[in-house]
Amino acid sequence: MKVRAQFAFIFNLDKCIGCHTCSVTCKNTWTNRKGVEYVWFNNVESKPGIGYPKDWENQEKWRGGWTLANGKLELKSGGRASKLLNIFSNPDLPQIDDYYEPFTYNYARLQNAPLSEAAPTARPLSQITGESIDKIKWGPNWEDMMAGEWSERNVDKNMDGVGRDIYGQFEKTFHLYLPRICNHCLNPACVASCPSGSLYKREEDGIVLVDQDKCRGWRMCMSSCPYKKVYYNWESGKAEKCIACYPRVENGLATICSETCVGRIRYNGIIFYDADRISELASTTNEQDLYEAQCKIFLDPNDPKVIAAARAEGINEDWIIAAQKSPVYKMAIDWKIAFPLHPEFRTLPMVWYVPPLSPVANAIDQGKLKTTPDGVIPMSGEMRVPVRYLANLMTAGKEAPIVLALNRMIAMRSYQRMKRVEGVVNTKALEAAGMTEEMAQDMYRYLAIANYEDRFVVPTSHEEERLDDSHGHQGQNGFTFGNDSSTGISKVTLFPRRRKESMEPREMAPFVGDGAFTGDR
Amino acid sequence: MHENVFSIHNLLFGVYPYVCLTVFIIGSWLRFDREQYGWKSDSSQLLSKGYMRLASNFFHFGVLAIFGGHFVGLLTPHWVFQMVMDDMSHQYVAITAGTIFGLSALFGGTILFFRRFFNPRISLTSRSADKFTIFWVMFTLILGLLTIPVSMGHAGHGDPRVVTAMAEWIQSIVYLYPNPQYLEGVDTIFKLHVLAGMTVFLIFPFTRLVHIWSMPFGYLARAYQIVRTKRLKYQETDRYDQHKPIDM
Repeated sequence: MKVRAQFAFIFNLDKCIGCHTCSVTCKNTWTNRKGVEYVWFNNVESKPGIGYPKDWENQEKWRGGWTLANGKLELKSGGRASKLLNIFSNPDLPQIDDYYEPFTYNYARLQNAPLSEAAPTARPLSQITGESIDKIKWGPNWEDMMAGEWSERNVDKNMDGVGRDIYGQFEKTFHLYLPRICNHCLNPACVASCPSGSLYKREEDGIVLVDQDKCRGWRMCMSSCPYKKVYYNWESGKAEKCIACYPRVENGLATICSETCVGRIRYNGIIFYDADRISELASTTNEQDLYEAQCKIFLDPNDPKVIAAARAEGINEDWIIAAQKSPVYKMAIDWKIAFPLHPEFRTLPMVWYVPPLSPVANAIDQGKLKTTPDGVIPMSGEMRVPVRYLANLMTAGKEAPIVLALNRMIAMRSYQRMKRVEGVVNTKALEAAGMTEEMAQDMYRYLAIANYEDRFVVPTSHEEERLDDSHGHQGQNGFTFGNDSSTGISKVTLFPRRRKESMEPREMAPFVGDGAFTGDR
Repeated sequence: MHENVFSIHNLLFGVYPYVCLTVFIIGSWLRFDREQYGWKSDSSQLLSKGYMRLASNFFHFGVLAIFGGHFVGLLTPHWVFQMVMDDMSHQYVAITAGTIFGLSALFGGTILFFRRFFNPRISLTSRSADKFTIFWVMFTLILGLLTIPVSMGHAGHGDPRVVTAMAEWIQSIVYLYPNPQYLEGVDTIFKLHVLAGMTVFLIFPFTRLVHIWSMPFGYLARAYQIVRTKRLKYQETDRYDQHKPIDM
């Protein structure tokens, strides 16, 4: 057993209102630069829909993620030799128009147009060429709120086996939001596909990053990531991706998308996993067993054996405590109400989702829907969003785990409703869903109340382990001359290195003792 | 050495090669050392994919084969070569391989050239160095292809002297006993090609050409997953670093 800590996310789709605040704060923080105008580390898709970039979930088309070749894991787009042979022209690379051609508007025209009868207009301009665009044909969120033709949206891969024709009918339509960021996978295909070895997973918190100095722009990560969450900065020629806001996370803060989430749907926490079992579990034969396989990789942070193994790996005490208080472990393992996105890609993604309930009050009032015994809350199979659709999204099509999760969320609501509205404690619904009262109360606390300190349990990083001389390093970050915070990757340099270490002795001063500081000598 | 040490010929074929090689080596090293963020292939495939599969593959495989051919054909000492084939065979191999891979690179490169200059997205996002690079590489390539008919003429007369002279000259440069005299009797087209080719080395560190240094063969022998740790004690022992990738 090799215990590693992973900084992980849960998004509670049941509460996502599709306001895109996450996308906007992320954009303003990280990608409001030249070359990444089209890049959204965080985006929110309206489902069913083909998403961003177009049809990204269809791996027959994009060949992202992993596949099993003779029982062994192999990149779906081909192994190492094939990567090198295709390095001059990546056959699976999307073109920027698959995301969208970034645009702005000629705002100056509104002020400097000559006097005319009609009001001047600000025409769209391409942010790549600077030239006018006649008609904007696609954007970062083109299908927002079910916009567009059903025949175009239902190409959505998750509609396989759901019934594309039936759900086109107006009365049958359904809709949910899907916020997406990098999954910081345990078995990342982007890292595996990088010929330069510039992508890496951090041992301490599992955040996946691109070494910007080492990236050579071979673009294999872009196509190999099945979630299409590695982007190419066409100005710098380097790959860029969601960095899990590591400068914030290292300081014990939630990511900016999570922090600013208006619906309070995002949870950040630590989860322990067994790094020795990654390839074994990612190679699970049956795709539909991959969700359960991934659950097996997580380690119980309250188990004394796990704690001892974590200490042996050098994981600090505050991280062990954080793992024990983690909302991620509670939702994913204790309550089984959260799921990975597309486990069949075999990357073991670490952004998990609580599936949305979709109550239909009108239909209940008309007595058309089967409800739980309280007569108010509909049965999981009667929801607007087909269970099969959610299963295609989160469990490779296996419906039972999704039904269990929906039932538990419904039971929690039913229990709370009886208690609050009718003043009766009724645990029948809970028992049917295999829950205790305590669990229902905890779920209520985490899902409905969702206090800040429950949503975000983020231990600070231990920078003292990175710097053997933190005193000497003080003042060398922030406003600097040159590349001071980086230690660089080249061992040999033509130029004199800057002196960064302290010159004075680094031993701790001996403790004076006998009350020198307290004054009661 | 040539009688008149300060002749243009000596300058171009005795001094200029060293200028180019020095700038090539020191320039590459400096850029790698100081400006690694700018060290990249600078692909524009994301902006426009059309014909890239055809163009880029024909161009790159062609150019790489040509480079390998020049490297082996010109830098192998004469006595080693003679153990494998005689001078005439050498010349025929050079003509054949040069034609095949030269035309391949010409085909791909021509598409890349027109894409670079006339595809609005690519043209407008190109730096002047990008345009100059493709122009100069294509210029050198075409000069190289133009030497083939001349070389075939020589071969028709059973005369391998030009190929041997070129090889002797280049080896005199590389092994540091520069002797521009070798090139005195050589046809002008060869000299032009040599000059253009040396200039490719001169501009090399200042353009996207530096990505050639970074051919990632280390990938073939690497573990798929890479985990980096911040903890110093582990960094030193490489315990978690499952591979040692090639830096460039």
